[in-house]
Amino acid sequence: MQYEAPETTKAAVGLLAKAKGSAYVLAGGSDLLVRMKGGFVEPDLVVDIKRIKAMREIKKTASGFTIGAAVSCAEMNENKALIKAWPGVVEAAGLIGSKQVQSRCTVAGNLCNSSPAADSVPALVAAGAKAVIQGPKGKRKVAVEDVPVGPGKNSLKKGELIEAIELPARKGKSGDAYLRFIPRSEMDIAVVSAGVSLTLGDKGVIKDARVSLGAVAPTVLLVKAAAKAIIGTKLDEAALEKLGQAASAACKPIDDKRGTIEFRTKVAAVLAKRAAQIAYKRAGGK
Amino acid sequence: MGVLVTTTINGDTVEFACDPHESLLDVLRNRLGLSGAKEGCGTGDCGSCSVQVDGRVVCSCLVLGVEAEGREIETVEGLSTGTELHPLQTKFLEHAALQCGVCTPGFLMAAKALLEKNPDPTEEEIRFGLAGNLCRCTGYDKIVRAVQDAAKVMRG
Repeated sequence: MQYEAPETTKAAVGLLAKAKGSAYVLAGGSDLLVRMKGGFVEPDLVVDIKRIKAMREIKKTASGFTIGAAVSCAEMNENKALIKAWPGVVEAAGLIGSKQVQSRCTVAGNLCNSSPAADSVPALVAAGAKAVIQGPKGKRKVAVEDVPVGPGKNSLKKGELIEAIELPARKGKSGDAYLRFIPRSEMDIAVVSAGVSLTLGDKGVIKDARVSLGAVAPTVLLVKAAAKAIIGTKLDEAALEKLGQAASAACKPIDDKRGTIEFRTKVAAVLAKRAAQIAYKRAGGK
Repeated sequence: MGVLVTTTINGDTVEFACDPHESLLDVLRNRLGLSGAKEGCGTGDCGSCSVQVDGRVVCSCLVLGVEAEGREIETVEGLSTGTELHPLQTKFLEHAALQCGVCTPGFLMAAKALLEKNPDPTEEEIRFGLAGNLCRCTGYDKIVRAVQDAAKVMRG
């Protein structure tokens, strides 16, 4: 195995593009090194992106936030401006693993790992985040929901890597939230999860919303019907009921040791409703 | 032939050569004779290999040795000052917060990181802060008491 720690994105792309065997990007390593240890992957090349300065920064710009691909979730949880603008995203990132894992794990890595149960992904999807992808053919931006294509599979092509995750700027009265169900109080994998981001217009009426669900399908879902159920409402009982129904209807889960199809379908509705209520309150709605 | 790495461990400049796929934990234990950090699970679940890298607690089993280049690493071996134990070590002994001792170096390093960020944590904060460290002997209660007591001493 060859290990490289380039100092520029261009050099990283060059290494990945030229690689003859299997090549992997190393950010926090909390997925990659576990898989290497278990013998599930045997990389010929590992490209560590943590020496690339631009990838280590959280930048606040006029258009929102740019979170470098090598920024740890612990660092996200220490950024006051980010916490204020996107509390749901930051909370979701903070739920991944232990303090030890938090010191290393990244949301870009969480996204590329493409687990349907990834904690930060539903929050990013609800937030309308974009992945900035660099590759041999230059830069492209894609909606985060288009990065995972199935469990453990992503849409990145050979030589490509995520350089940063972009979150839009928050306008007016906005809020987001992420909730997951786990049978323990911490250190567990989501059985079901839901993310909601919304913006209020006049008199507390929701004018814009995005709803996502995790661990109920091969990839994290953006559920447009669920958002539609609450847009134009003040999140009254009837709207919440419709939101729940839309969330359950979108579920295509599997039965496994963590939860049954029936359980996941039902709890998806509960979590979507609760997350919407938290997001609504955070947006200043009453 | 290995990769040559220069790093700082417990304040001392250290050079070592290791294979690119070797974990920092294996480097510490097998190449540098620092056997405080233990391998429990090897997959980042148990925390017995906890060390600090650039001021953050990590599982050294989930760090490559080659990643240590230019970093500042702290291990449990650097916790005491000469023969004087760190307050966390003293309180772990006083409260009998260990039995077999395999998890202890990890708990000490995680507790140190916790108290550096939060000198006066609640019991809940301690339990969440140490959730990445597993102990199969003590039932955690004595560990929590020891950390609370050490925090008190450290606050002065």
